[in-house]
Amino acid sequence: MRVPVDWLGEYVELPQDVTGEQIAAALVSVGLEEEGLHTSGVGGPLVVGRVLEKHPEPQKNGRTINWCQVDVADANGTGEPQGIVCGAHNFEVGDLVAVILPGGVLPTLQGPMTISARKTYGHVSAGMICSVRELGIGDDHEGIIVLPRLLGHEQVEQLGLTPGDDLVGVLGLDREVVEVNVTPDRGYCFSIRGIAREYSHATGAAYRDPADLPVDPATGDGYAVELRDEHRPHGEVPGCDRYVARVVRGLDLTRQTPEWMARRLTEAGMRPIGLAVDVTNYVMLALGQPLHAFDLATLDSPIVVRRARAGERLRTLDDVDRELDPEDLLITCGPDGERILALAGVMGGEDGEVTPGTTTDVLIESAHFDPRTVARTSRRHRLSSEAAKRFERGVDPAVAAAAAQLAVDLLVEHGGGTADPAITDRDERPTTGMAPIRMEVDLPTRYVGVDYPAARVVELLEAIGCDVRAEGEGMLTVVPPTWRPDLTDAPTLVEEVARIDGYDKIPSVVPRATGGRGLTHAQRSRRAVAAALAGSGLQEVLTYPFVGESRFEELALPADDPRRAALRLANPLSDEAPLMRTELLQTLPESLRRNVSRGSRDVALFEIDTVTLPDHAAKAPVPGVGARPDEETLATIRAAVPAQPWHVALMAAGQADRAGWWGSGRHVDVTDVAAWAHAVADTLGVPVRRRPADRAPFHPGRCVELTLADGTTVGWAGELHPKVVQRLGLPDRTAAAELDLEVLLRASDHRTQARPLSTHPTAASDVALVVPLSTRYGDVEESLRAGAGDLLEAIELFDVYVGDQVGPDQQSLAFRMHFRAPDRTLTTEEVNTARDAAVARATQDHGAAQR
Amino acid sequence: MSGPNTSYDPVEVAALAPEAVDQAVADALAAIEAADSLDALKAARLAHAGERSPLALANREIGALPPSAKAEAGKRVGQARGRVNAALTARQAELEAERDERILVEEAMDLTAVPARRPLGRRHVLTVTAERMADAMVGMGWEIAEGPGVEAEWFNFDALNFDKDHPARQMQDTFFVDPADAGLVLRTHTSPVQARSLLERGVPLYVAVPGKTFRTDELDATHTPVFHQLEGLAVDEGLTMAHLKGTLDRLAEAMFGPGIVSRLRPAYFPFTEPSAEMDFRCFVCRGEDTGCRTCGGTGWIEWGGCGMVNHNVLRACGVDPERYQASPSGWAWSGPRCSATASPTCGS
Ligand SMILES: [Zn+2]
Repeated sequence: MRVPVDWLGEYVELPQDVTGEQIAAALVSVGLEEEGLHTSGVGGPLVVGRVLEKHPEPQKNGRTINWCQVDVADANGTGEPQGIVCGAHNFEVGDLVAVILPGGVLPTLQGPMTISARKTYGHVSAGMICSVRELGIGDDHEGIIVLPRLLGHEQVEQLGLTPGDDLVGVLGLDREVVEVNVTPDRGYCFSIRGIAREYSHATGAAYRDPADLPVDPATGDGYAVELRDEHRPHGEVPGCDRYVARVVRGLDLTRQTPEWMARRLTEAGMRPIGLAVDVTNYVMLALGQPLHAFDLATLDSPIVVRRARAGERLRTLDDVDRELDPEDLLITCGPDGERILALAGVMGGEDGEVTPGTTTDVLIESAHFDPRTVARTSRRHRLSSEAAKRFERGVDPAVAAAAAQLAVDLLVEHGGGTADPAITDRDERPTTGMAPIRMEVDLPTRYVGVDYPAARVVELLEAIGCDVRAEGEGMLTVVPPTWRPDLTDAPTLVEEVARIDGYDKIPSVVPRATGGRGLTHAQRSRRAVAAALAGSGLQEVLTYPFVGESRFEELALPADDPRRAALRLANPLSDEAPLMRTELLQTLPESLRRNVSRGSRDVALFEIDTVTLPDHAAKAPVPGVGARPDEETLATIRAAVPAQPWHVALMAAGQADRAGWWGSGRHVDVTDVAAWAHAVADTLGVPVRRRPADRAPFHPGRCVELTLADGTTVGWAGELHPKVVQRLGLPDRTAAAELDLEVLLRASDHRTQARPLSTHPTAASDVALVVPLSTRYGDVEESLRAGAGDLLEAIELFDVYVGDQVGPDQQSLAFRMHFRAPDRTLTTEEVNTARDAAVARATQDHGAAQR
Repeated sequence: MSGPNTSYDPVEVAALAPEAVDQAVADALAAIEAADSLDALKAARLAHAGERSPLALANREIGALPPSAKAEAGKRVGQARGRVNAALTARQAELEAERDERILVEEAMDLTAVPARRPLGRRHVLTVTAERMADAMVGMGWEIAEGPGVEAEWFNFDALNFDKDHPARQMQDTFFVDPADAGLVLRTHTSPVQARSLLERGVPLYVAVPGKTFRTDELDATHTPVFHQLEGLAVDEGLTMAHLKGTLDRLAEAMFGPGIVSRLRPAYFPFTEPSAEMDFRCFVCRGEDTGCRTCGGTGWIEWGGCGMVNHNVLRACGVDPERYQASPSGWAWSGPRCSATASPTCGS
């Protein structure tokens, strides 16, 4: 809402010299948000000058400039004429012009420009003679301002403008517009009336209600209006409970919207169109009551307010042909309401509309519509308007007659029309007052933590227009004012008490919480994994979870891969990415590519986040506000939310060890990524097994699946398939991994330590086993583990030999096994026995021969 | 080795003559003195104190002496070997010290350049910030709750008193799951976790909720479709807005240091009543620089909304606000919405 300061000052007393900034601060203190402050950007001295001399001087560049002497009286401090270079020619010696002197400020596209005396065209030009464009008050840049031409001779004379007089005020350049954001509960603040009231609450300044004007009483013979809302889709609430209709005839088509009104409309962000429409907009801005002006000559009596019928259509003023819904409330006319004039409270149609320059007789509609009906129609047709914005937030139903009166008065005064004495006011509100609210008088104190004495509570509620009655036993009955439909229960009144008294009075008290259990195992584990990976040289990134089908193609997911069945958004930001990722590896490539394109060639990234699992068809019921759904409904809602497990993914390219003066480098490869993936499991203390795998998007020969001991898949690590690398534009040999953290978390026992700490020494024993080349290390290791038994603490493959000393198609694998017992130092015999058992198992499983 | 040899005339054992012994010692000392390296000393040790050295050989002859001469000869040779060994030990120590010093000099490296051998790993500033906030809340006795990003519409809106026709629900720029009547959205705030926590954990309740939230904002300099948010919910007996302010002040101090306080401004949110907008004192200029770019010169940084939990939210979560008129009451706040791209409020 844009609030021109001078308009505000009509309804509430503003201090002399108050600034827009101060007004904004006062409004912020009562809950309006400052959105901006609009000023001309022009700073003085900007004064009247009289051109004394004008010497045209042709320049080499073909232009001719004028070297002028301008009388600005004492405005320049000396009284001497001011020498100014001017490029325009539309003035003569003796003309009164607008002169900005050194020190003045002009707005430019590049920001404020401070004027100073400067050398140009061989003269020192001490200021500028301004055009309307330079002052931001018009687009005409054909020449400079000659004041009698801009303002008219009468006004120049009336103002008695002489050289040296200040022009900032005369040209309206000191005008300020405060823009505030209105929260959805305060519809009444979409009016100068409401903003003025709030300013009064904030400062105590005297308020004058602009709706408090002499209103002509309704008569029985006004224009016929019928409220025929038969089926009321939203309970018993009628779509329209009040409709005021006033008629003004004989508008003088030569009359224009007065300059002050046009300026206020412009400043408030609306475009002046023609008097009748401008008046309705002006009244809406002033009082918050949207009005509609119809061309009386085109109407068939009566006006009928009704819901739409099946199949009806309306072309609204934004030139969109709309199919109407039976819930849409319409303004129609004719005996059967057969001609549709408007979507009630939202937007008019072409039929019945006022035509500037033609319409001389108008019917002014000032009605009150059901907020829910307007909100639904506005949403259904994706049609927002100034009227809808106000109706859906709640318009003061009591102001309808005053608003119509103000519009009629303005049309009579400025349009030369005549008001019909016959006035319609169909008022079908069940009661004219608001529903009373009972509130314990100490509730504000208990809620807010500020001691509000009973008398203060009453005073504050009365200040916002409530009717307050004490009921005894500490109870109040409070009737809110008609413009506050948002005040519906005791807590809403508590907010008013706290707000008007001032939120800044609320003290700061740290509560004593009940004492929690700290972070959960999952939370601690995710931090540990992130720390381990960052410590290993990987960078954490966060990517957006949106992907498109093309990504599945790029990753070479098979046609029937369940990862393709991703959750789809109904309104994605981009049609290219309407799906929720089912793996983090689907969104990590952008991040890697961005890093590479920014010049970092050695990139190792990880992301820890949730993915959305596919295969989800259930619908979640939406049972509405204010009540706990039954258990079955709650369970259905919960079950309909797709599983979103936490994953961790890695992706790396470039050098793992860089070359430099310290030595040679090493390219990151799939073994690094496999080791990092393994480190994730190690960090959580979960033993994992590895087995070769062939899975997109990995290289079929360079992919390993990590599993729990029971075979449950934890994830995959590998080099990306060369085709995938190529399609995604990634560096060659990019390697990646993705693990399901939930699987690891379930497997990690966090309550007890997995193995008691032994203080006894370990004993190492090496074995070299000859096995066929086709045998996997991991399988041999598994056999050794299984054979060695509980004393085996760790095992590592430390050498692989292929060559003359073993047979063809054979390889020798050297393992080091570490043995330890929790309670004693192992004897050599015990170690040898365990080692021999391990070898025996490997021999049995793989035909391994010890070397 | 040599044993007693009765046929041998001890007087003729020249090696045991005092002059011979003295000469051997003098030779040894001279050689030790002349040794200028540990290797040279090793050679000297072998020559003058080794098994084949004159003194060792002389010592061997003592056994052959008649008992009357043994003692004197033994003493003489023993003293002689003692002097040689002492000299050896001393020289050894000297030479080792020299060597150690030389090695330290020789091994000196220029470490004024740090090798960039390995790319550095690091955590993302947003997750680290979220963890710091969570730690501050845990320090106050709160627990950290989490919930799904793809959320039921009921939890995201209705449970929080966003009526289907309320303008606030339309203002949320929500991503809906296809088909549009699936009843699922991408959560627009972390607040649905409040409702989940109330339903699942009951009261009293102190939970903070960090997490990603989504709005249909196109990505540009000031908008992003994915935000990070932290929010809190406390439901307990006798809680007031003063306690809310106290907690915010404590959190602000934990995040930004002493003197960073909060400010409450009246506001509107469907899930709270009374509602407030909360600002924190600008941690860059502390309100002392009207040209500050972090806060735009206002001295305050907007953090989000807060207030006392709306009765309709309590009802939706099975807490009867009429029966518990005085207690439990609760309050909630939702923290800064930080984008993954950049936002001054999430930095440091
Ligand atoms: Zn600042």
